[in-house]
Order: sequence, then structure tokens, then C-alpha cells
Amino acid sequence: MSRNGPFALIFHTLFVTFMLAPILVVCWVAFTPEGFLSFPTDRWSLRWFYAIARYPEFVSAFWRSLWLGALSSAIAVTFSVPAALAIARHRFRGREAMTALFMSPLMIPHVVLGIAFLRFFTEIGLGGTFVGLVLAHIVIVLPFALRLTLASAIGLDRSIEHAAVSLGASEWTVLKRITLPLVLPGLASGWALAFINSFDEVTMTVFIAAPGTETLPVRMFLYIQDNIDPLVTSVSACVIVITVAALVVMDRAYGLERLLVGRGADGR
Amino acid sequence: MRAAPYLLSLPALLLFAGVVIVPLVMTVLLSFHDWGQYKGIEPVFILKNWQEVLSDSYFHEMFWRTFRIAFFVTLLTAVFGAPEAYILNRMKSPWRGLFLLVILGPLLISVVARTLGWALLFGGSSGLVNKALISTGLISTPLPFMFTETGVVVALAHVLMPYMVMAVWAALQRLDPQIENAAVALGAGPFTVLRRIVLPQVMPGILSGAIIVFALAASAFATPAIIGGRRLKVASTLAYDEFLNTLNWPLGAAVAVLLLFALVVIVIGASRLVERRYAQVFG
Repeated sequence: MSRNGPFALIFHTLFVTFMLAPILVVCWVAFTPEGFLSFPTDRWSLRWFYAIARYPEFVSAFWRSLWLGALSSAIAVTFSVPAALAIARHRFRGREAMTALFMSPLMIPHVVLGIAFLRFFTEIGLGGTFVGLVLAHIVIVLPFALRLTLASAIGLDRSIEHAAVSLGASEWTVLKRITLPLVLPGLASGWALAFINSFDEVTMTVFIAAPGTETLPVRMFLYIQDNIDPLVTSVSACVIVITVAALVVMDRAYGLERLLVGRGADGR
Repeated sequence: MRAAPYLLSLPALLLFAGVVIVPLVMTVLLSFHDWGQYKGIEPVFILKNWQEVLSDSYFHEMFWRTFRIAFFVTLLTAVFGAPEAYILNRMKSPWRGLFLLVILGPLLISVVARTLGWALLFGGSSGLVNKALISTGLISTPLPFMFTETGVVVALAHVLMPYMVMAVWAALQRLDPQIENAAVALGAGPFTVLRRIVLPQVMPGILSGAIIVFALAASAFATPAIIGGRRLKVASTLAYDEFLNTLNWPLGAAVAVLLLFALVVIVIGASRLVERRYAQVFG
């Protein structure tokens, strides 16, 4: 196998710098001891991290995002398990159309979905409510949950189920004791990917969240629209650290490549 | 048993019919309604909003800007993302996984936080990007990045880069290294191998990555809103303004529906072209 030459390594270094720079700079500025945006060099301070506690909007938005992500991802996984089993095991009329429908939130611009949800929820009296947020988030994270559930349902060894049936297990027992435990890793990673996507979603949510139901990214976005100060950098730094921690756990548990690209390099 | 798949997918189907199809149809209908400062939304069927969006030069300029930004973002991600995926693919075990994590990981980090990073890096004439560019001698006077299309393009290219790397990476995994070795054995130089062997084979990956990046760039919201500010409007930030500031929902709906329609046409058209051109690769 050929190696990368010096030119390739320089290109790679610049590329990685480009990818990491904006993320690192946020974390760096968050440690400023000053009252304004600056890059701390000799003095570091945690004052802007303590300052978050004095802004209850950020704290309550954080908890709301956490609950919203956990709840909508759990419901999305619940919806996607039977749908994945149907798509993976049956050939039926409208199978492709149905799969395309379930994957459509990935293709429809989130700004269009946000507008559609705003209009719809206002008409049916769910405008600006948490229930509305949950419904909207179930829809936009379902493709992620379905993709990973589907992958594990397709990879399932049917002969294990057949063996259970031949040993006298009922259909329900097979589902509960064989099928579900086998697709469980797929469900867990589907939930995790759905959760992160819900936790980060801003474009659609900004349309349907009201002052009492703002999520953390929406709160951050609206705050930045008014002014950029060190407080929002320390909030962002916290979000980055939490996401990176979740990322490393997911990479160890499931493999980030398998999660995002599909097949992993280990599967070859 | 023939009803089984339908019964299994019924809950999700009902959810999508109720919470996706109905709202989208309502939005299309909304774009034909009338609106006035004092009367609000009037449920009538008129073409006023569509005529305005299709004939007013303000909207032409805005849509032209939206797609121009998306084009340059796509170009940047292809020119830099594709070689990086190739370099990444040739790395040895611990580095390969580590750098894949470093490059794909930002995908999962909040887009607001990443855009904030660019706002800090650009930060007027004293921004770090300008300092770095001046110190390397590439430019002599600071370039304006904040509130400009250049700034939006750079920040969006960063936000969407992982999608391009992912698409090219997936194409590279299907590549047989023996073909490269065969070309080298037959006397091809490294550049010839890249141009004649590798590039044609990963082209479908680059093109499918380009389609994804283009669609996401044309409909991006948070990054153009933060970097572009209130004056540099793209389709999604304009629709947002109509909905939450001006409150002219029917006009905002017309902008959004037109954006959706244009993207569907472009994405389906481009995918057809790519599939026809590379039928032998996909087949």
C-alpha cells in the first residue's frame, strides 16, 4: 500500500486545522477573564462558566433540550422498529414509496418543515407547546432511528428465529426473547444518533418554539442574533464538550464510521 | 399475512400522514392566501404572492444569491474534501480512525456553536483569519468576512464538509487497491494513477456528495443568519423574516415552497444525470 507523501501530509494538517479551528476557538474564548470577547493568553478564568448559572433561560433550555431529545428519540425508535421489520422482511406494494416517505425529513429543507409545523400547530392549537416540539422532533429524527434499526433488522440471522419456532416458541416469545434482543444494539445506536440530531436541531425548532419552550440551540441562536459576548461562548463550550464526550462513547460502543457512513471498515 | 407489513408500518404511516403530509399541503395552500397589515391572513385563492416572488427583482437577486452561495460551497467541499478523504483512506490504523473521528465528528456538534466559532475567527479586521492570512503574506489588507458572501461560503463549507468526506470515503471503500497496484506495475506515475484510475472510480461519490452539500447549503439557515447578518438575505432567512417579523405568512410560504420545489427539481435532475452517466458503476 502506498504512503502519503509530504505534500499530502501538509494538506492534511491544514485541513484538520480548518476543521478544528472554529471549535477550539470557541472553547478558548470561553476562558477569558475579561468582560468582552478576547483571546486569553496569560490569565484564564472560569467566570463565564459560573455566569451561566445566573441566566436561568440557558439552564432551563438545556434541560428542555435534554428531555425533548430523549423523549422524541425514544418514540421515534418505537415507531421505527415495526416499520423496519416490515421493510426488511416483506416485499409489498408501496414499499419503496413508504421508505422514501419515512426518509423524506432528511431531504425536505428544515426551514420548510419549520414553516409547515408552525402553520399546522397554530391551526390545531399546539402552537408553541412542548407537545408540538416533541411531535416535530419525532418526525425529523425518525430517519436516523429507522436507518440504524433497518440495518440491524436486515443483518438479523433468521435461522435463529426459525430454531426458536421449531423448539416450540410462540410468535410473541420469539419477538420478545430473540428478535428484539438481537436488534437492540441497532436500536440503542439509532436512539443515540436521533438524540444528538434532536439536541442540535435549530432551523426547524426556531419556527415552532415560543419564549417558554425554547431549546438550547434556539436560545443560543437568538442570543447570538442580538449580541455575541463571552457568555454564549461558554455555553457553546459546554455543548461542545458534552457532544464530544457522547461522540467518543458512541465511537467506542458502535463505531462512528458504521453509524454515519453505513458499513464499517471492520465489516470488510 | 399479506396485511402484516402494512399493519407493522401503520403507526409510522399515520404519524407521517398527519404530521408531515398535512402540514406540507397546508403550507402550499397558505402560499395562495391573501395577507394584509390589518386584516391578517385571508383564506382566499389568489396568485398575488407567487406573482410577487416570481416577478420582483428583490426575490430574483435573493434566490440567485442563495444558489450562488450553495454552488461555491459545493465547489469548496469537493476540491478540498475529496483529496482529504483519499489521504485519510491511505493512513495507517490508529491515525485513520482518529482523524476520521476528528473530521466527521463536527457533524454532530451544534451548528450554532460551530458558526459562532467562525464569527469569532472572522471578527472584523482584527480577526484571527485575517491575521493569519496577512502573516503568511497572502493578503496585505484585511478581507471583510463578516456580513459578506465570502464569510458565509467559508463557514458553510466547514459545516457541510463532513458530508462530502463521508460520500467520497464510502466510494473509496468500494475501490479495489489491486487496480492501483496494477497501474503502478504497468509503469504509471502517481499522478497518472490518481487521474486515470482513482478519480474516475470515486467520481460518483464526489457527485453524490455534491448533491447533498448543494441541497443543504441552499437551505441552510443558522449559518447565513449569523454570518450574513440581517442584510445578506438568503431564501431561508428571508422566509424566517416573513414568518416571525413581518408576519406575512403567505409570502413566506411562497418563498419556502419555491425553495423546496427548486431543490427537488435540482436534486432529482442531478441524481438522474449522475446515475445515467455512471450506470455501469452503480449497476
